Amino acid sequence: MVQLTINKKSYNLDVDPDTPLLWVLRDIVGLVGTKYGCGVAQCGACVVHLNGEAVRSCVTKVSRAEGQKVMTIEGLSETNDHPLQKAWLELDVSQCGYCQAGQIMSAAVLLRENKKPTDQDINDAMAGNICRCGTYLRIREAIHLAASIQQKG
Amino acid sequence: MKQHADLTERSPFPVKIILVTGILLSAVAFMNFTFRNELPDRQHDLVIDSTVNDTAVSVGEGLFVRDSVTSVKAFAEVYKVLMSPRCMNCHPAGEVPLQGDDSHLHTMLPKRGRDGKGLYAMKCANCHQPTNIAGLNKPPGHPEWHLPPANMKMVFEGRTADQLAKQLVNPKTNGNKNMQQLLAHADDGLVKAGWNPGEGRTLPPLSHEEFKKAWITWIKNGAYAPAAK
Repeated sequence: MVQLTINKKSYNLDVDPDTPLLWVLRDIVGLVGTKYGCGVAQCGACVVHLNGEAVRSCVTKVSRAEGQKVMTIEGLSETNDHPLQKAWLELDVSQCGYCQAGQIMSAAVLLRENKKPTDQDINDAMAGNICRCGTYLRIREAIHLAASIQQKG
Repeated sequence: MKQHADLTERSPFPVKIILVTGILLSAVAFMNFTFRNELPDRQHDLVIDSTVNDTAVSVGEGLFVRDSVTSVKAFAEVYKVLMSPRCMNCHPAGEVPLQGDDSHLHTMLPKRGRDGKGLYAMKCANCHQPTNIAGLNKPPGHPEWHLPPANMKMVFEGRTADQLAKQLVNPKTNGNKNMQQLLAHADDGLVKAGWNPGEGRTLPPLSHEEFKKAWITWIKNGAYAPAAK
């Protein structure tokens, strides 16, 4: 049995410790907001937070998360009003939406560590999240907007 | 006068012998210093501590000798390994690690960051797990996956053999290591990870055992740098 804390809830799961965290989240726990894109940590669609860090759940074994704090896109805000979520909605960032959970989770780490990111900071933080629809310009704008929403409190 | 002559004849100190010996010792010290400057340049505590005898010096627990020929020959082997992709890729000249057998810039351009562990959502450990992930193109792993920090980059990429040798023995450029720590570094976990790189990645040109032997030989024979070309 593997003990996990996911979005502040505790789970005891009968899974193989080598199972990628992504599949535990999606298939066992039922949190399907996190997506499978490549399976080799190259697209960023699977990003979740492990103790606040943006790990790629498609290659992270669930054993690494045992006893740690996992947060998925569903847990980013209990009322779905995280500054990033607000900014994403205001600027209508998503097209197909498939990559966006991972985009937001990566951006959340950026805004936690850098309250006023520059374009270069955004490049550095977000270069590992790819978007087939090409929403990059809106992602950048939304991160700037989220930063100012965050600053205003 | 006779009293003074008696005192001189009875003096226990051979003044002339002492004087001549002192001059000879000074000449030897001068020649030693001069010839040392003609040897391949090196900067490490071996030279500073060399007071025991002409050929052997003792530093800490180990015994080192000065044999520039053996040392430089061993370093040629060390250099081959350190400049192979499995080592050089994490010792880049720039801020982005290298990747693959062709040492291209790491996809997605993660950056070193201040501590060498990456930035924001692109920290090394976000993708590189504590162990290798099985399968082609999956990230290799180690619990301490990182680059050298920004304030001591320990660059291998682009270094000539003499430059790299000098960099490796200088605590100001080698991660603050003394000679004993440098010797032990051959068994560092992340160093050894180069020989377990995961599927699809070429091994270094020597086995770890061969590399370690060359590394120790290089250091224990004086850690000489080859002549600059």
